[in-house]
Amino acid sequence: MKSLKNHFSLILALFSILFAIQIFIINDRALEAYEQKLSSSYSMIVVSNVAISNDTFKTYSSNIEKVDILSADEIIKKLQENISQKNIELLKLSLPKFYRIHLKTFPTSYEVESLTKTLKKNSSITRVEDFSSNHDTVYKLLLLFKQITQLFTLVILLVTVLLIAKELRIWQFKHSERMNIMGLFGAPVWLRSAVLFRLALIDALIASFMAIFFFYGISMSTWTADQLSVIGIDITIFEWLSDGSILLGVAVLISILLASLIVVGYKEEV
Amino acid sequence: MDKVIIAEELTLSYNKDETIINQANFSVDSGSFTFITGASGSGKSTLLKSLYGAIKPKQGSLVVGGAQIKNISSKKLNFLRQHIGIVFQDYKLIKEWTIEKNVMLPLIIGGFQKSVSEQQVHKLLSHVKLNHQSGKYPLELSGGEQQRVAMARALSHNPILILADEPTGNLDDYSAELIWNLLEGANTQLKTTIIVVTHHIPENMKIPYKHLHIEFGTIYEVS
Repeated sequence: MKSLKNHFSLILALFSILFAIQIFIINDRALEAYEQKLSSSYSMIVVSNVAISNDTFKTYSSNIEKVDILSADEIIKKLQENISQKNIELLKLSLPKFYRIHLKTFPTSYEVESLTKTLKKNSSITRVEDFSSNHDTVYKLLLLFKQITQLFTLVILLVTVLLIAKELRIWQFKHSERMNIMGLFGAPVWLRSAVLFRLALIDALIASFMAIFFFYGISMSTWTADQLSVIGIDITIFEWLSDGSILLGVAVLISILLASLIVVGYKEEV
Repeated sequence: MDKVIIAEELTLSYNKDETIINQANFSVDSGSFTFITGASGSGKSTLLKSLYGAIKPKQGSLVVGGAQIKNISSKKLNFLRQHIGIVFQDYKLIKEWTIEKNVMLPLIIGGFQKSVSEQQVHKLLSHVKLNHQSGKYPLELSGGEQQRVAMARALSHNPILILADEPTGNLDDYSAELIWNLLEGANTQLKTTIIVVTHHIPENMKIPYKHLHIEFGTIYEVS
């Protein structure tokens, strides 16, 4: 029972690490999708006296994905009843050109400011509307959420490392007795440590399978799908191959490291 | 007669200030039975530890089974220990292993075939009258039974030398007699060299033996 308890505590510590890692991956994925969504809905309006080509716009920033020309037809349509066709043609020529700039990624506040300044350097551009105050609010909220997530992950990792360190001491005590007895009969170090590494690997496998099935369950639940659709993002919570490999890899790496530390720290009892 | 152990000017200590064994000279013949006696804290166990290389000599020379212990490499030490059987007062059985696996330990280390090992283990467990307990764990057995398991383990790989540190110290008379019989049997039938650290030499020893006594760090041969 005591041995089962010792096993369980390492499995629990490993599961906590894997949990924190997968939460971080999911958050990162969700934030990326949300940023993409924000970037597709965010655009800047530029007013220019002369026509500017798409290629010219793209020289201002590599982040510019496309530029749409905003038609002035709606404004002219309202004036059509009171102005002659000839004057409308003249008006069309004298009206400034309106452009909507779409960016590849959701820009930082600095990028918005920098692009606005660059655009304004062109003397034919009379006005740039970057909707900076609205952008700043959204961007800062996003940044805050990212930082909170990172902090949360860091705290979980820190607590788990402390748990693992405690586990290391328990394992050191528990396994040193067996290793010592084996040593008395001339077992080489690899044989003395074999049991330890096997146990560590088994615990790593159990912990990673627990985490894999837990997150698979979450990814399959309708509740999760509903929550994601509420915020309007479409992401895969858990990817069998890539996420599963990461979790399994981390668990095995930590347990091997733990076992190696015990072997390195082992001293024959005199 | 071949010597299994040769000690010349052997000095043992755990630290700089205190000498446990001081410039001892003795030897142990192959196939002999030797008792090491002395008061508590006299250095009996320390001497025994030096014989399986757990403590290295501070000065002098100690040769066990042809290997110089003072500067023995860990690989050679493992090889030497694979030819020694050790019995402790506190048995030193692996608690999470069955009796059968505990007895099999030296054979696992020696890389013996599983079928050969199993056969040897069953033979030894019947010899120590514990064949019916082979699937049990050490803590499910009495002290006497655990010591018999430790004896079976020490004999399993037909060692050249058995070192026993107060093997009957915690046992009742019946169990103690069984252990002495097993040690005597190993010595007479298998010609195994036996060295036993003890407070009291049994009165009814049926075989000849050598008696080394330790007092104030000096080893005397008692005739």
